[in-house]
Amino acid sequence: MSDRPIKVLIAKPGLDGHDRGAKVLARGLRDEGFEVVYTGLRQTPEMIATAALQEDVDVVGLSILSGAHMTLLPRICDLLRDRGLDDVLVVAGGIVPDEDVPRLREIGVAAVFGPGTTIGEVAAFLRERARSRDIA
Amino acid sequence: MSSRAPDPAARAEALATAALAGDRRALARLLTVVEAASPVGEAAVRTIHTRAGRAHVVGVTGAPGAGKSTLVNAMLRELRARGRTVAVVAVDPSSPITGGAILGDRVRMQEHASDDGVFIRSMAARGHAGGLAATTNTAVIVLDAAGFDLVIVETVGTGQSEVEVAAAADTTIVLEAPEMGDEVQAIKAGLLEVADIVVVSKGDRPGAERTANLLRTMLAPLAGPHDADEAAVEDEDRTTSGDRTTPRRARPRTPEVLITTGATGGGVAALIDALDRRRERAGSGPIADARVRRAATLVWAIVAERVRADLGSRERAAETRALIRDVAAHEVDPYAAADALLATRDASVRRDEEGTP
Ligand SMILES: Nc1nc2c(ncn2[C@@H]2O[C@H](COP(=O)(O)OP(=O)(O)OP(=O)(O)O)[C@@H](O)[C@H]2O)c(=O)[nH]1
Ligand SMILES: [Mg+2]
Repeated sequence: MSDRPIKVLIAKPGLDGHDRGAKVLARGLRDEGFEVVYTGLRQTPEMIATAALQEDVDVVGLSILSGAHMTLLPRICDLLRDRGLDDVLVVAGGIVPDEDVPRLREIGVAAVFGPGTTIGEVAAFLRERARSRDIA
Repeated sequence: MSSRAPDPAARAEALATAALAGDRRALARLLTVVEAASPVGEAAVRTIHTRAGRAHVVGVTGAPGAGKSTLVNAMLRELRARGRTVAVVAVDPSSPITGGAILGDRVRMQEHASDDGVFIRSMAARGHAGGLAATTNTAVIVLDAAGFDLVIVETVGTGQSEVEVAAAADTTIVLEAPEMGDEVQAIKAGLLEVADIVVVSKGDRPGAERTANLLRTMLAPLAGPHDADEAAVEDEDRTTSGDRTTPRRARPRTPEVLITTGATGGGVAALIDALDRRRERAGSGPIADARVRRAATLVWAIVAERVRADLGSRERAAETRALIRDVAAHEVDPYAAADALLATRDASVRRDEEGTP
């Protein structure tokens, strides 16, 4: 039971239409043994929070390119909390200016993975920080 | 273990009560424990099983990329317009090497994400303790008990267990994308045999009408009184080698062949009408048969899993491993080993019974 794979939701909030990075991450995590629910482009914070709830994921991974991260990420974290998903690990990937990172950490984004991050690093972080595999 | 509530039954009760009262988070967690085949999951299914049996369970299967998820999305739209609530279980293959999976069906259904009358759950195919059929069928029981009018199960039509899952539904829809040649993917995969309704998807593509006619021609010879007799004879033959408790799937009457365009919703209303016609006859006939088959699949999966778990349990593992090694060394034949394992199990069950005051 405790060795069930970690379940990760990968979503691309915001309006910019390009999800190569998110897809590469999804495939990379699959190859690392994760179960990856991929929800695709142009997801609203509400869609992401509902998908996270219905799928009962351990991790929500958000791919950010648009520069709208300072409005989108707090909104998503709020919605997750509203729905009682406090134990879900939230991480972001993409281009986020260094000065925004502390604020994102404050609102509940556990890590911001910049462009140079390898899949192995992301996988290691998720394995270490995702909630107990024992919830079942 | 330590983080788990001391009493699985109490935790199951709490989860089940909340889930059945409409708490979606509890429902999602209930599906997780069922998927993990944990004691909590088992206890929960036991308490809610009598509440299930009302939903119309619909399997959707077909070759990879046939348009299943897009069709399910269009079905959700039509069903919601008719006021029905719908749950979807979308099964995707796992990598046999890493155990990982990309669960990508949901992408096509995200427009329903904020509709409380729709609940979508993705599942990876491999690595379930009791097998895929047991896991999906218990997930279906949970969603049925939670009150959804329909439960749709999408699986890819390759792989024995995936096809089994779709075939275990009350109504099985097999998709076939328009083909240019005379090839029919669904025949190669043995899918037409389990179809209650055959749908040619991507009706906006050239060749849809032609593919539908080809399928109608292929399916037509299955009908007729003569064939029914042959099917009965064949039934007898098969049951002699198998068990008599799992009813074989009855030869389908000629399945309807419909054309849909999932991308636009074209033809989907007619498909839902066809589902409703079947549903109206649910008390008897094909759906009643399907339910007996589904129950049999699930019960046998649980029996197999229990026997296996017991023989592989810590107390017996050494003995079992030794026997298996003897088989590998060709010192014991596999049937003798299996009989010996079952015999030790029977003996210990008797001991347990005598030992209990
Ligand atoms: N032209 C056309 N393309 C379609 C239609 N439905 C699906 N497609 C396309 O077919 C491809 C596969 O669609 P899906 O709905 O994901 O098919 P699927 O059978 O669920 O795929 P898997 O789950 O990966 O096996 C996508 O590129 C869709 O855009 C349709 O009605 N018309
Ligand atoms: Mg699909």
